[in-house]
Amino acid sequence: MRHLLSTTDLTRDDAVDLLDVAEEMAQVSEREVKKLPVLRGRTVVNLFFEDSTRTRLSFEAAAKRLSADVINFSAKGSSVSKGESLQDTMQTLAAMGADAVVVRHAGSGTPHRLATSGWIDVPILNAGDGTHEHPTQALLDSFTLRRVRGGLPASGPAEGARGTDLAGSTVAIVGDILHSRVARSNVHLLNTLGAQVVLIGPPTLMPWGVEEWPAEVFYDYDDALAAHEFDAVMMLRVQLERMHQSFFPNPREYTRLWGLTPQRYRALPGHTAIMHPGPMNRGFEICAEAADSPRAVVLSQVANGVAVRMAALYRLLMGTESEGRS
Amino acid sequence: MRHRTVLDSAEISRAISRIAHEVIESNKGAQGLVILGIPTRGVPLARRLAEKIAQIEPDADADAITGSLDITMYRDDLRRGKLRSPEPTRIPPTGIDGRTVVLVDDVLFSGRTIRAALDALADIGRPDAVRLAVLVDRGHRSLPIRADHVGKNLPTAIDERVSVTVAEIDGEDAVTISAPEAA
Amino acid sequence: MTSLLIRNASVLGGEVRDLAIADGRFVEVEALADPGRVIDAEGLIALPGFVDLHTHLREPGREDAETVLTGSQSAARGGYTAVHAMANTAPVADTAGVVEQVWNLGREAGWTEVVPIGAVTVGQQGEQLAELGAMARSAADVRIFSDDGHCVADPLLMRRALEYVKTFDGIIAQHSQEPRLTEGAQMNEGIVSSELGLPGWPAVAEEAIIARDILLAEHVGSRLHVCHLSTRGSVELVRWAKSRGVAVTAEVTPHHLMLTDELVRSYDPLYKVNPPLRTRADVDAVRAGLADGTIDVIGTDHAPHTAEHKCCEWTAAAMGMVGMETALAIVVEAMRDHDFGWSDVARVMSSRPAEISGLPEQGSLAPGRGANLVLVDPDAAVRVDPNEHATLGRNNPFAGFEVSTRIVHTVLYGHQVVADGSLTTAHPITEGGSWIV
Repeated sequence: MRHLLSTTDLTRDDAVDLLDVAEEMAQVSEREVKKLPVLRGRTVVNLFFEDSTRTRLSFEAAAKRLSADVINFSAKGSSVSKGESLQDTMQTLAAMGADAVVVRHAGSGTPHRLATSGWIDVPILNAGDGTHEHPTQALLDSFTLRRVRGGLPASGPAEGARGTDLAGSTVAIVGDILHSRVARSNVHLLNTLGAQVVLIGPPTLMPWGVEEWPAEVFYDYDDALAAHEFDAVMMLRVQLERMHQSFFPNPREYTRLWGLTPQRYRALPGHTAIMHPGPMNRGFEICAEAADSPRAVVLSQVANGVAVRMAALYRLLMGTESEGRS
Repeated sequence: MRHRTVLDSAEISRAISRIAHEVIESNKGAQGLVILGIPTRGVPLARRLAEKIAQIEPDADADAITGSLDITMYRDDLRRGKLRSPEPTRIPPTGIDGRTVVLVDDVLFSGRTIRAALDALADIGRPDAVRLAVLVDRGHRSLPIRADHVGKNLPTAIDERVSVTVAEIDGEDAVTISAPEAA
Repeated sequence: MTSLLIRNASVLGGEVRDLAIADGRFVEVEALADPGRVIDAEGLIALPGFVDLHTHLREPGREDAETVLTGSQSAARGGYTAVHAMANTAPVADTAGVVEQVWNLGREAGWTEVVPIGAVTVGQQGEQLAELGAMARSAADVRIFSDDGHCVADPLLMRRALEYVKTFDGIIAQHSQEPRLTEGAQMNEGIVSSELGLPGWPAVAEEAIIARDILLAEHVGSRLHVCHLSTRGSVELVRWAKSRGVAVTAEVTPHHLMLTDELVRSYDPLYKVNPPLRTRADVDAVRAGLADGTIDVIGTDHAPHTAEHKCCEWTAAAMGMVGMETALAIVVEAMRDHDFGWSDVARVMSSRPAEISGLPEQGSLAPGRGANLVLVDPDAAVRVDPNEHATLGRNNPFAGFEVSTRIVHTVLYGHQVVADGSLTTAHPITEGGSWIV
């Protein structure tokens, strides 16, 4: 694995291996010294062209727990906003000795472009690109699901998840599928791991040709809930700017038809985990009762994000030097 | 390659029994012992050692004092060569603070693995003492490290290969030495 | 009197004979008293010089991307003896002054006949008509008007433009793109865009405008030219319009005949173009449409960009591809599986565009017409290398393609501007004089 750009690049074995490594990383969070020396002397650059404090902090914590030096580069207020090209930025980072670049960008495909342009020859980690993918989010979701399905604690150290996939589970992804990089990454990864994916949302927020995707599609939330016993319901955030673009008449109607309302929440089977990539619009796509319930694993998702990103950094940065004597 | 078996199953079993007695002797009993195997083959050897100790000292509970200590993340050659997946590190619930940790490995060679294990241990806690038990010491140390308990000292040439198989992983117990054919 | 004799050319890929040129026009071979210079065209195909209805020369305004001079040289090397310079320059070619400037620059360059296209609306803003009459009556003698790069989206404005240009037998060349349906669009809307998470440019946004414009053109009895048509639905609409007798003509680019949106999976902005690369079904449909005459002409939509507008992330990159120097080779490769001969190539790349634009000296090898001619090697083995091209634009999506067709010689009004694939000397056009020396 040279880069982590898309979950489509991961085979089942790659994905299970990453989750297994993440299980070991999760142990570290409970130790006296919450640090491993693996990336000592290596530099991880967080290149964020788009604000995302949560994701940046998670990657930063992951890199630091692996003893890497971390450089945070926010495009806002930098030379990028004054017209510096991506090429110059990347060549500058390469000259500074970056060993890996974690990139977040509003444009779909930018991490892919960085990985193939030849401007910099280091592993690229996609931390979210436009409406394309967010592979570490999908990995942390699958990590959490694997735990929940095994009846294990949703986060922290635990035994028993290693080596397993998600075969036999059914996961609903609800809301703005069209603009969601989280949904795209999850559809691929959940399928790779053997889960059945059900997409639920208004037709205006479904990607064109979604019927070709490896997922069952419902426009009616209640029909979907009647048809399946979900192991998890993943509620997507609806961006504020969608509210006034006629994707749906108004927020009230959206909540009525596609929100996880108290009625829908109470009707869910007892084992259904409630997931959300955050930040949540409480009272809009998810009611407070569901968000605050013991079945909500939202904070575990955040905790697992660090372990999964540690695993990704470890996998990309280790063993990458030329085959030497071992 | 010529292969020669230097320890068979019975001899390995005797070596572990002897080490168990030595450990108890030097620790003046089994109190405060934590036996940590270094993956891969150190783990079953540690398990056997703990069971022997429990046979000798009925107060000791083998399950409660055995664990594993993975050193993958502490290797000094991690960036070279093939991708390595970390093996489990499982510390007994008592932890290692104030205890006597016995590290168990199959072969002691350059000493780099033990150096990494000592680093890994330091990130987990602060034992009173750390001892090292190995089934075979084949010499050729690169670092100032020695074993406290040795199943067999095996003088070798640097180009010879010592391999240990254990029943739990490989189906049989044996220590063999292979030397390249003379030119 | 200057004369030129082309020996043993396969005329339109058929009969092998000589072609005689005197004083910038084709003449009967017997009429050529002194053969003067002779070009041995053994094994070469003689076609009338190509006419591109759709070229972006970038001057004035973006001389770092292309100039009238470099664009003209690129045209000559691609076998084009006339190119129509699109109006989206800076300033926009929406006045007699700008179109005359471009026209003059073309004549000063002397590598191809540069025919300016005038903007339909002031500043291509789609709000009020530009001075179409002044441009038509200028020295540039503009007949084709287009806001290319932008769609004349307002139906009333489009109707008025179609009606107004009847004054001087003009034609509106529409860039068919419904703006609301393509806000933020980055590529063809389809399976690939959904997977790549790039905002889609749906086929319906092109087809809706084409359908509307066909109905408008029929209603007011005007001529409509559809620029760079790219979808299966568009081909069907144009076929339907022609069956109704509507005066509509249509154009397709070499890249839409050859490339599909699958290439966007690389996120390489080389493949970013407007209209976007479509699907295999669309490619098959435009090929069929070109073969059966539904699509009248090849327009290159040659759109040079500087490296910094392409060496960046997909979403920040400019749209467009260059294509004059590879147009013939790509058309030939694309149409290989169709019943499409050299006379068809001559029709779609030369005679029909000349007819649409009203250029009587272009598009024919007949005695008495302007001696505009290209000699083509049909059995060459060429690997496309954009670094060898005359255009300043390196954004050629066919880099590395192996093609079998090569432009060997180009003759512009009797003057050989390209010999054995290389530029020779510009046409010695006189100050204020005509191309016919």
